[in-house]
Amino acid sequence: MSLFSDPAVWLPWTFAALMGLSILIYVVLDGFDLGVGLLMPLADAREKDMLVASIGPFWDANETWLVLAIGILLVAFPPAHGLILTSLYLPVFFMLIGLILRGVSFELRAKAPPRQKNMWNASFFAGSLLAALSQGFMLGMYVMGLEWTRSNVAFAMLTAVFLTVGYSFIGATWLILKTDGALQSHAIRWAKGGIWGLIMGIGAISLATPFVSARIFDKWFGMPQMLYLLPFPVLSATLIGFLWWKLRRLPRENDRWAWSPFVSATALFVLAFGGMAYSFYPYVVPEQITIYEAASAPESLLIILVGTLFVLPAILGYTVLSYYIFRGKATELRYD
Amino acid sequence: MDTLLLSRIQFGANISFHILFPTMTIALGWMLLFFKLRFNATGDRKWMDAYMFWVKIFALSFAMGVVSGITMSFQFGTNWPGFMETVGNVAGPLLAYEIMTAFFLEAVFLGIMLFGASRVKPWVHTMATFLVAFGTTMSTFWIIVLNSWMHTPQGFELRDGVVHATDWLQIIFNPSMPYRFVHMMLASGLTVAFLIAGVSALRLLWGDRSEAVKSTLRVGIIAGAGLIPLQILAGDMHGLNTLEYQPAKVAAMEGNWETGPNVPLVLFAVPNQQTRSNDFEVAIPNGASLILKHSADGVVPGLNDFVSEDGEIMHPRVAPVFYGFRVMVGTGMAMLALSWGGLVLLRRYGAGNMPKLALYVFAGMSFSGWIATLAGWYTTEIGRQPWLVQGVLATKDAVSDVSSGMVWTTLVGYLVIYAALIIAYIGVITYLARKATHGDRLPTRDYPTAGAAAPAMLQPGE
Ligand code: HDD
Ligand code: HEM
Ligand code: HEM
Repeated sequence: MSLFSDPAVWLPWTFAALMGLSILIYVVLDGFDLGVGLLMPLADAREKDMLVASIGPFWDANETWLVLAIGILLVAFPPAHGLILTSLYLPVFFMLIGLILRGVSFELRAKAPPRQKNMWNASFFAGSLLAALSQGFMLGMYVMGLEWTRSNVAFAMLTAVFLTVGYSFIGATWLILKTDGALQSHAIRWAKGGIWGLIMGIGAISLATPFVSARIFDKWFGMPQMLYLLPFPVLSATLIGFLWWKLRRLPRENDRWAWSPFVSATALFVLAFGGMAYSFYPYVVPEQITIYEAASAPESLLIILVGTLFVLPAILGYTVLSYYIFRGKATELRYD
Repeated sequence: MDTLLLSRIQFGANISFHILFPTMTIALGWMLLFFKLRFNATGDRKWMDAYMFWVKIFALSFAMGVVSGITMSFQFGTNWPGFMETVGNVAGPLLAYEIMTAFFLEAVFLGIMLFGASRVKPWVHTMATFLVAFGTTMSTFWIIVLNSWMHTPQGFELRDGVVHATDWLQIIFNPSMPYRFVHMMLASGLTVAFLIAGVSALRLLWGDRSEAVKSTLRVGIIAGAGLIPLQILAGDMHGLNTLEYQPAKVAAMEGNWETGPNVPLVLFAVPNQQTRSNDFEVAIPNGASLILKHSADGVVPGLNDFVSEDGEIMHPRVAPVFYGFRVMVGTGMAMLALSWGGLVLLRRYGAGNMPKLALYVFAGMSFSGWIATLAGWYTTEIGRQPWLVQGVLATKDAVSDVSSGMVWTTLVGYLVIYAALIIAYIGVITYLARKATHGDRLPTRDYPTAGAAAPAMLQPGE
């Protein structure tokens, strides 16, 4: 097999896979905590505290996956890193401002004088909104090949809205899992309202991508691969149908099935992401630079890979540990 | 202004904002571990009170450090694409190791450290506190390795203008790394020592009589007094190391224009790059030769050596380096005087009865560590110009080609946000201190020490 004999081939491939994995983990994990931030205005004062409590122990580590993803892009594919980030200069700036506002408001809303609390709640929401919108916008621009034309920007604005609603959806499913009582019923309602964003987002990107490039079109609609790829749309449709059905039947006694919306939403994110990865491979900048052209020197990649093999399992291990320690319904955040 | 200058200002602004918070968290993490261990050993409630107060400030600082750090990691791509394209083969693995060995460790165990006390066994909680402190130290190590390598690069070769690593041990243990790492760790320790002393002094002034606040005042003063001589020693050795590898920087720090023996130690002056001499100079004869070469007629490099035949200036702008260095050393001297003076007063009066004046001075010095740290970094970084990686990559060759208008916009945006956040940060620390003074005893639960049999940690209904 030639793919795995030449380090100049399998190393870039491995790093592209690692980068994809950490983007995916980021989108699911920070997706739910950004989503919870987006739901803030819908909750009353006491519920707001619970919303924040449900993500308190996790959000910092969740954001670290973004740092890892951008780090891998930076270390493994330097030319692509420069190109992507300079052409997305402004949306990146807005995302960073959003993440800054969000992260500090999270702390300040609880520590600043009580009369400022509403202000920090508002900026927690605003930060989440700004971050989600700009990520959606960047997704759209990326799909369209990073060209700043009017129609591409319009498309990117659509994906911005869809991803934002999609995040609020997965945020709501997280709350279904982590809360109970009245708040849980609210979360179920929010989830019902948010599911369309996910559907339209996945729909828009699935429809748009094949028409941006003939190459991607052939990858999907040529025979026989169309048959192998059938599970993607079929599974997605099934999951959406399941969610639609299930959300109307929650909550159940003893909290049964409370986990299912979050798990299905995650599965949908994974499928959508897998579809995109399939479309764009082997390009890291769509239709311009492939992962093989952009890769750093094999020696440097090897050094990182060796470390990764030891460290990544440990990271995954203690991440799981932390979710285990904070399992069950969220409780008020206390330091003692 | 052009994109290059604006990008430099923007990077400087972002990293200056970022470094404020790691400087707090690196040493505060260890300090919290110390409070926790004292409590485990003595069972004295005051240590837990101290822990509970300072852990809030830690959490806030940590959040500020994380979000500003995320900004940093995007800066390379948005503003300095040439950096990664040229030295990515060295910088990349170092950054990757920082993310993998430090950031995740901190971030995950921070959750357990902050919110897990009632969910895990006491020793697990102490362990989490340790791992967070250890994580911040690891991240300091890796980023300082990278930064030091940019000042004293070695262990690589150039192929087609791109740096390729040849010897990782040489890269990691590059000549300035040990000095910079020690100096930075001590800087963090001093920043935290003076913050703790300052805030405790403030609470005493406001009438707080608790044992916790007396103990933290004592801890702050003793830590400051212990660390500052080490810092001065480390700084001196750091300077000698710089003399060897970056003589232009030392010439700018000393404000010395002409290479020669018997160079005076300039205490104050206004360096004038037009006339290439100092105005209003106040100096100690032979001082610089004595400090740098340990003999009165030692030869010290001068700035005029770094001007090429055709007049191109290859040394940094003198004034910022010169003043930056004096601000840092001046603050260091003030710290020395204050902490040793404080030690004497502690012996004489005890922490509860310190003279008011001394308390005011300590409160006023709360953030002095920040000033010295920033001044030190400006000295170091501006002193490296015009190089980004000394002798390998010039700053102007790394900058991106985004329009200057775009950089203007983002720069103004960052500055506004940062100004607001600094005010909020200092405001909240003051507010927390006031709240703690007025009898808001923080922990409500009875805390088991590590050894003692743990009572049921979860209260009914939780
Ligand atoms: C990983 C590398 C790295 C690290 C750890 C630091 N720097 Fe740096 N610094 C740079 C990499 C860099 C740079 C990318 O190389 C810059 C950008 C433009 C330049 O001239 O060098 C720079 C420039 C730069 C400037 C502008 C200098 C000028 O343009 O004249 C300032 C004020 C600082 N830095 C300050 C800091 C501070 C306060 C740091 C403490 C954390 C710091 N730097 C750490
Ligand atoms: C250009 C330089 C730098 C970059 C790109 C950078 C990047 C980052 C990033 C992305 C984070 C957040 C990590 C997380 O998600 O937890 C972070 C945090 C941190 N950084 Fe930096 N950093 C830089 C300079 C420095 C320097 C010079 C130091 C220390 C001397 C430092 C020490 C830390 C520490 C201790 C943290 C942990 C968070 C905290 O304590 O607030 N960084 N940095
Ligand atoms: C009073 C005696 C001090 C001396 C002689 C001294 C010396 C130095 C020197 C020579 C440098 C430049 C390193 C280079 O060439 O790149 C430096 C940098 C620095 N100093 Fe100091 N310093 C002193 C006090 C302090 C204090 C009190 C602090 C902070 C609390 C501090 C924080 C820093 C920092 C953060 C840097 C930049 C990082 C580095 O290069 O290590 N210094 N110091």
